[in-house]
Amino acid sequence: MENRKIRVALAGNPNVGKTTLFNTITGSRQHVGNWPGVTVEKKTGVRTYRGYEIEITDLPGTYSLTAYSMDEIVARDYIIEEKPDIVIQIVDASNLERNLYLTTQLMELETEMIIALNMCDLALERGDKLYINKMQEILAAPVVQTVASKGIGINELLDRVIEQKHDEKYHGREIGYGDLIESKVLEIEKVLLTDPELIKKYPMRWMSIRLLEGDSNVRAKIEKSAAAEAINELLASIDQEEYEAEIADKRYVAINAIFPQICTRCNVRLTKSDMIDRVLTNKYLGIPIFLALMWGAFELTFAFATPFTDMIERAFVWLAVNVSSGLEPEWLASLLGDGIIGGVGAVLTFVPNIFILFFLLSLLEGSGYLARAAFIMDRLMYKIGMHGKSFIPLLMGFGCNVPAIMATRSIEDEKDRLITLLVVPFVSCGARLPIYILLAGAFFGRQAGTVVFFMYILGIVIAVISAKLLRTTIVKGRPAPFIMEMPPYRVPTLRASVVHMWDNGAMYIKKAGTVILLGVVIIWSLASFPWGIEYGSEESYVGMLGHLFAPLLEPLGFDWRMTVALVFGLVAKEIVVASMGVLYGVGDNPEALTASLVADPSVTALSALSLMVFSLLYMPCVATLGVIKKETGSWKWTAFALAYGVAVAWMMAFLVYQGGRLLGY
Amino acid sequence: MTEITLDTLKPGDLARITKVRVKGPARRKLFDMGMVAGSEVELVRKAPLGDPIEFQIKGYHLSIRKEEASQIFVQMIE
Ligand SMILES: Nc1nc2c(ncn2[C@@H]2O[C@H](COP(=O)(O)OP(=O)(O)OP(=O)(O)O)[C@@H](O)[C@H]2O)c(=O)[nH]1
Ligand SMILES: [Mg+2]
Repeated sequence: MENRKIRVALAGNPNVGKTTLFNTITGSRQHVGNWPGVTVEKKTGVRTYRGYEIEITDLPGTYSLTAYSMDEIVARDYIIEEKPDIVIQIVDASNLERNLYLTTQLMELETEMIIALNMCDLALERGDKLYINKMQEILAAPVVQTVASKGIGINELLDRVIEQKHDEKYHGREIGYGDLIESKVLEIEKVLLTDPELIKKYPMRWMSIRLLEGDSNVRAKIEKSAAAEAINELLASIDQEEYEAEIADKRYVAINAIFPQICTRCNVRLTKSDMIDRVLTNKYLGIPIFLALMWGAFELTFAFATPFTDMIERAFVWLAVNVSSGLEPEWLASLLGDGIIGGVGAVLTFVPNIFILFFLLSLLEGSGYLARAAFIMDRLMYKIGMHGKSFIPLLMGFGCNVPAIMATRSIEDEKDRLITLLVVPFVSCGARLPIYILLAGAFFGRQAGTVVFFMYILGIVIAVISAKLLRTTIVKGRPAPFIMEMPPYRVPTLRASVVHMWDNGAMYIKKAGTVILLGVVIIWSLASFPWGIEYGSEESYVGMLGHLFAPLLEPLGFDWRMTVALVFGLVAKEIVVASMGVLYGVGDNPEALTASLVADPSVTALSALSLMVFSLLYMPCVATLGVIKKETGSWKWTAFALAYGVAVAWMMAFLVYQGGRLLGY
Repeated sequence: MTEITLDTLKPGDLARITKVRVKGPARRKLFDMGMVAGSEVELVRKAPLGDPIEFQIKGYHLSIRKEEASQIFVQMIE
């Protein structure tokens, strides 16, 4: 029977629309953004088309087949080792010249290739003239014009995929490098051909060229081969740095010959973007505008959310009163009222804030401003031992630390990446927001906004100091060079922003219904037993637990209830708020949690502040620790992140509380 | 014609690359990004704090630090 399965890889430069195309074809909703390095993992989806099962893999972007960073390694290894049936190279039509550089390298892999000429709308709008037939002829591959963001050209692209599948003949075309290089390539190839194992696995010409260029990854591939010794000898006798430059040069010579034939009037300036940048990255305005944007995003997160949070809060109080009052038996009423409604409700109250936060972050991502933020901040980041690109994960961390740590994959240098990854957890994520709002709202009245803003600043300051500290002690060295493409500004698509907001907000809600619900039930049980004690009193199990840890946290001003909240907050920071909801049982209290907090004599404004500082810093949540382990591949660094966080948090909270006491608060 | 380095250009200046003297992994990365001998570059702007610098090359915008730019030699184009 005929094989009706086709494996297709989407390759291309960063930020050319690969994920947008992937989403359109497969109906997925992977993360899209206007800066290079959004996708850092391969993602696979399936599309059935004309009876064929097309398995499509979206890859991280890469400028060449030489991989520098983790995400590029993922892309390159997939293309080279997993050998998809067809590689679709997504080419940015409005940035043809540089995109063709990767094309010249992909051609050497001898895999069937289709070129999707994406962003045609932009190219045509500014008056480029593209000669598609000529392009197909020169590159010896089908070329399809697409506008991924509007779904144009998708069916034609899929038609080509199926045609290619039936075409037995291979259509490759490659570029020549001139006599000098070609003779060396031939020499290497001859040696490689002595190993039949290699011939089966890789195209020989490609391998020879890469070896001549000094590609360390390809060198590792032949390490175990019988030909290794002869190759090493051969390579030792030549000046690879010269060849490296020569080969890159020859590729661009080839492109310079191709380019004018397939595109005319193509080098128009990006005028609109330029105008915007004249203001946003202006010598005097750049930094003030940056700060104003951050402040504005912060303000909006609260301003827009307040009416909604008020409404939700009232609904939960109403629920608590009405559900639990009439209910029998009494323990069930308590579980529902004190536990679930009090605890989960306390967390769900902040859903609107989380939604708005993610919406605003995705506007920043979609517009192209993130790349500018990295550009503006690189100088400062360099001073503290970080990289301009580190700035992007740090900003994303305000939403959730987990994807932020994943985003460090696009940082080329291992040390730069490690430092960034270790300090991201100090950036205050959305899950910590409820803690501040609750406590600041209860104790700081009209100053609440300032106090919350201060928490955000504190997180950043601690991240910065930690980076500097790490750089001067255990992760010595200087930040790697900054080489970054600045994409043109785009109007963020409403769809992408809404999807981003919805998916992340839904995760928060889901967490409230699973992990946090479970935590709440456990805390409630511990607060209700042993039999006969008063609910949530010091004689309960939870009271005992609190007293067990209390000596450690007493110097920070925490009573046993706060201690319990922090212990359970190790799992997810929202639990700090949820467990207060449980322990202060809003069930039989017609007033909200805030009122019970204020009424408790053992919680003062000072200890509330200390608690906020501690919760901000004390340790990455379980999910964040998990991704730190995954990304560093080391338990040692994971343990370090944990221990360091707790130590810093303890010291800072100690300073705040004892300092405040000295000052007479 | 005198050779100067890329970091000494002023905004709006157009030049042609003659030699890339950067070492290490950044060298090939710059090649991949189009910073090869023969390419035309224009200095677009410097970051507010003076570093990095944004260039236009091969029809797109690329920013690199002064340090690397000072190891790239160019000739001015009128
Ligand atoms: N005008 C226009 N914009 C597009 C088109 N396709 C994608 N975009 C936009 O281009 C930007 C980048 O899209 P992505 O799909 O994230 O690009 P990518 O290639 O996956 O990027 P990386 O994952 O970083 O490698 C987004 O802002 C998209 O909205 C298109 O055909 N026309
Ligand atoms: Mg992507």
